[in-house]
Amino acid sequence: MRSAIVDHVLDPTALLAEVASADSGASTLFVGTVRRVNDGREVLGIDYSAYTPMAESELAAVVAEAAERFGTAHVVVEHRLGTLALGEASIVIAVSHARRASAMGAQKYVIEQVKARVPIWKREHYADGTREWVDPTRATPAGTPVAGLP
Amino acid sequence: MAVTVLLFASWADAFGPRVELDLPAGSRVQDVLDSLAARAAGRTLPAPMVAVNQRYARPETPVAASDEVAIIPPVAGG
Repeated sequence: MRSAIVDHVLDPTALLAEVASADSGASTLFVGTVRRVNDGREVLGIDYSAYTPMAESELAAVVAEAAERFGTAHVVVEHRLGTLALGEASIVIAVSHARRASAMGAQKYVIEQVKARVPIWKREHYADGTREWVDPTRATPAGTPVAGLP
Repeated sequence: MAVTVLLFASWADAFGPRVELDLPAGSRVQDVLDSLAARAAGRTLPAPMVAVNQRYARPETPVAASDEVAIIPPVAGG
């Protein structure tokens, strides 16, 4: 298993090759990409940034948990930082396992945990010239007052 | 004691990427948040998590001068 926070273009097929094993009956490849429309606004690109040392340790912990829970050491993840254009990959997750259900389960576990707890942020650039930090916790109000923890 | 706090994303925009807080000995994570809120001057920011020495911490977690305290706004990786 391996995880990395990188600042270069991701190569999904390289990660897929990295998890290949004669003992595996299934390989999964997840590629997260920058999409054109978010919440009805036209997106031109995204800046990804991180609290890098903690992002590295949290991502490594997530991968170790997935390997333990689903029973495969063949889990590899890379997350890219910097300015990404439409269609570019921000994250690649490759898993292989003897059985497909476990391969898919491990992959889903990794992406959901990354979104929940790895300290990485994205600021979208919109067609109207504005830029905004994406806040997945924001439902209806435009933020909450600065006080206490959630 | 002087505590260095790292900030990211919207919180870094508001306060800068690093602030020094002068807190009483025995302070906790909640005291760090209260101190920052006092400087917020009415600005609205998303409720953050806090990490101490690169691990998520609770409001009651103690903070020492040598700790690396980080304000973690809602994460959006992937």
